[in-house]
Amino acid sequence: MRLTVNGTEHEVDVEPDMPLLWVLRDELNITGPKYGCGIAQCGACTVHVDGFAVRSCQLAIGDLVGEVTTIEGLGTPDNLHAVQQAWIEHQVAQCGYCQSGQIMQAADLLAANPQPSDADIDAVMGGNLCRCGTYPRIRAAIHSAAARLQEA
Amino acid sequence: MASLGKIARRTFLIGSAAVAGGVAFGVYAARQPFPNPNLDDLGDGAVSFNPWVVIDNERVTLVAPHADKGQGIFSAQAALIAEELDIDLDQVEISFGEPDRAYFNTAITEAAAGFPMYDMSPTAERVRGFLGGVAKLAFPMMATGGSSAIPDVYDKLRQAGATARETLKLAASQESGVPVAELRTERGAVILPDGTEMPYTALAATAARIEPVMGVVLRDPADWRLAGRPMERVDIVRKSTGTLTYGIDFRTEDMRFATIKVNPRQGGALNGYDATEAEAMPGVERTVEITGGVAVVANNTWRAFRAANAIQFDWGDAPYPAEQEAHWDHLAGIFDDEHLNAEARVEGDVDAAEGEEISGEYRSPYIAHAPLEPLNATVLVTDTRVDIWTGHQIQMFAEQIVSEITGVDQENVHLHNHFIGGSFGHRLEFEFIRQAAEIANQMRGVPIQMTYSREEDFAHDFPRHITMGRGVAKVLNGQVNSLDVQIAGQSVMRSQMGRMGFNLPGPDTQLHEGAWDAPMFNLPNLRVRSYRTEALAPVSSWRAVGAGPNVFIYETLLDEAIHAAGADPLEERIRLMGHDVSVGVLEAVGEMCGWSGPNIGEGRGRGVAYGFSFGVAVATIVEVTHTDAGIRLDHVWMAADVGQVIDPVNLENLAQGGVVFGLGHAINCEITYSDGMAQQTNYHAHEGMRIWQCPPIEFRALETNPKIRGFGEPPIPPSAPALGNAIFAATGQRIREMPFNKHIDFV
Repeated sequence: MRLTVNGTEHEVDVEPDMPLLWVLRDELNITGPKYGCGIAQCGACTVHVDGFAVRSCQLAIGDLVGEVTTIEGLGTPDNLHAVQQAWIEHQVAQCGYCQSGQIMQAADLLAANPQPSDADIDAVMGGNLCRCGTYPRIRAAIHSAAARLQEA
Repeated sequence: MASLGKIARRTFLIGSAAVAGGVAFGVYAARQPFPNPNLDDLGDGAVSFNPWVVIDNERVTLVAPHADKGQGIFSAQAALIAEELDIDLDQVEISFGEPDRAYFNTAITEAAAGFPMYDMSPTAERVRGFLGGVAKLAFPMMATGGSSAIPDVYDKLRQAGATARETLKLAASQESGVPVAELRTERGAVILPDGTEMPYTALAATAARIEPVMGVVLRDPADWRLAGRPMERVDIVRKSTGTLTYGIDFRTEDMRFATIKVNPRQGGALNGYDATEAEAMPGVERTVEITGGVAVVANNTWRAFRAANAIQFDWGDAPYPAEQEAHWDHLAGIFDDEHLNAEARVEGDVDAAEGEEISGEYRSPYIAHAPLEPLNATVLVTDTRVDIWTGHQIQMFAEQIVSEITGVDQENVHLHNHFIGGSFGHRLEFEFIRQAAEIANQMRGVPIQMTYSREEDFAHDFPRHITMGRGVAKVLNGQVNSLDVQIAGQSVMRSQMGRMGFNLPGPDTQLHEGAWDAPMFNLPNLRVRSYRTEALAPVSSWRAVGAGPNVFIYETLLDEAIHAAGADPLEERIRLMGHDVSVGVLEAVGEMCGWSGPNIGEGRGRGVAYGFSFGVAVATIVEVTHTDAGIRLDHVWMAADVGQVIDPVNLENLAQGGVVFGLGHAINCEITYSDGMAQQTNYHAHEGMRIWQCPPIEFRALETNPKIRGFGEPPIPPSAPALGNAIFAATGQRIREMPFNKHIDFV
């Protein structure tokens, strides 16, 4: 089975019902997307497929159509995405385990809605659980990223 | 000094150690430092001045041994060393180090001394010092917990940095001939008067031949350049780019992925199982029997999860009541002399006190830890060495357990600590370490990464202990005149320490923590009694431990009394408080929100609560509106006094997160048992707070506390009662049971 992740094509030998998350983590060693719940309740596994945020724990590899981008492909420490810059500026992370998913979801939100209100943020980010409780900083960072992207 | 017998009675955490170890060893031995573990395999030309600073000709390494589960202690430890070492954090490598008793926690026993943590009397301080020494000799525990990391490292890491700096200056003086007094240090180099820079790395070889300079006077915090102001956490870029390796992300050659199934009736037997179908599933290498259950070893975690679900099990009964209602019934029946844990506080005479009587019964349920990174550990066992890659808060004890399982000497068991994706007390436990080691021990030479499914993590969490409170208040002449508080609960310390093999003598102070030590010295009549059982489900420390349920009980009863007295909830708390630091946080939070009383309009209300835990006074005010869709959280204000702020940004993050954590669980979380099993299997049934429920949270840090304190846990206790008291102000409905959504709807 073939798939493209962060611009690189991979061939994997797995059953078609294996969720994308586990292809990424255990077959390709791409560990930015996290396992948190396995039932689309936490959002830690969020990646982009053709630019749209999806829960990779719920997408069977056999049903994958499109190119996959993970947090590692969104930006790197030397070449940060605007959302990642904002996350660093606001020191959002505590344990950080949910933040890959939060950032991927936020990037999708800003692509669709460049100037989201707090209510827009709450509606779109409501599926991403943060057990440490960084929500006030997530809101602030999304507004900063929106401003940064507007300037760009 | 207090007699040893008195100390023994006051002690719970290391009680037997205090009796057995104390006098025999004496204070002198207790104060001797452990050998520096970095000296064991130090290369030529490298120098280690103490357990926390290692310099060779290429790099400066700071050792930050406390476990980081999100609280930011990794950065804080490095900053405290670097502050005195005169080096910046972009110039150093920072390591968790090798677990070693040299890193034992000197502050974690403080709460066990039996004195309220605001008591700075010479007697209290002597007993704390004595206990710290005894703990070192009898049970030197390298541990991160109890909000003790900052108090533990505050002096010793700055001293480590200062010692290294002065020794490097001495080395520079020897090499250059310039007197030490004319040298200064900056950005990792000694600077000569002519501006010549001698990098620390170039001075390592000379410094290695010098006795470290001891007893250096530490700088005044007013002169700090790194600490005390906003810092960029050293893990923040990695945590924002998916490049940080948590234990679950560890990968090594030929690694197998495994998972386990253990009797969901915790502690129940494995009577039998049939793994035939599981073993035939794709990618499954084999199944392995472990204590109380079965592991599946596969080539992918998801395949292991699937196969584990295909095993047929015959599980034994739970060693505790099968149905939840029986747990509550049991607690209701232990408010008696036979179960008395402690009469922890008696002021005046609550029975003789006059006034109108108000009474209530309060319930705090079991709650899961459920950090987002599920429990996992990777273990490789060979005949001569074991490696463990995981995140743990009591590293050496984990090594000891694995040594016992594998028969490999503990000195050849190496735990490589990792950043932890949340804990809240979860990573103080050892079952997952045992299980991974049992699998790996049966497959020697093969690295095994064992990961819990989220369902297994819920089923096998040792949750927050269940608590029931009963209170009687009396009000007289518009004031609160008396509080009589009784708290009955499953003993968290006996349950948790029992799993570590310790049989604790004496009372479990966690069953009255946060209630017995509320410094309301102007309350003429106060009695706090706690009652203890061990007949219920196994439980463990959950962020803030006893203070969580106990402050909810105490502060809700107090709020009911204040309302009955017709007094103002904030003013009356300030009047009752005989403790300047606590008055300070109450006044601050009132000022922050422009306090004008609890009732601020139709369907709107504000609730106040105060909590004293882990040495920190915290005051919280929550504002809510009762809408057609339910209770909406509008705003939260919090003031707290930690003595000295290391990083104001991180502190604010912990405060906001603590409010979210405390409120979220109060609103909608509980673990209930049926047929002996937890009924909540994943986050849909134990959700916590989502972003759309999260109000603006404003925080102010005060710095008048005479001792520096940790802040991982103190934000939690006052959150729930502040919300309950706000709901009362808005609706007139008094909620005495968590989670609140059993009694009222939330937006």
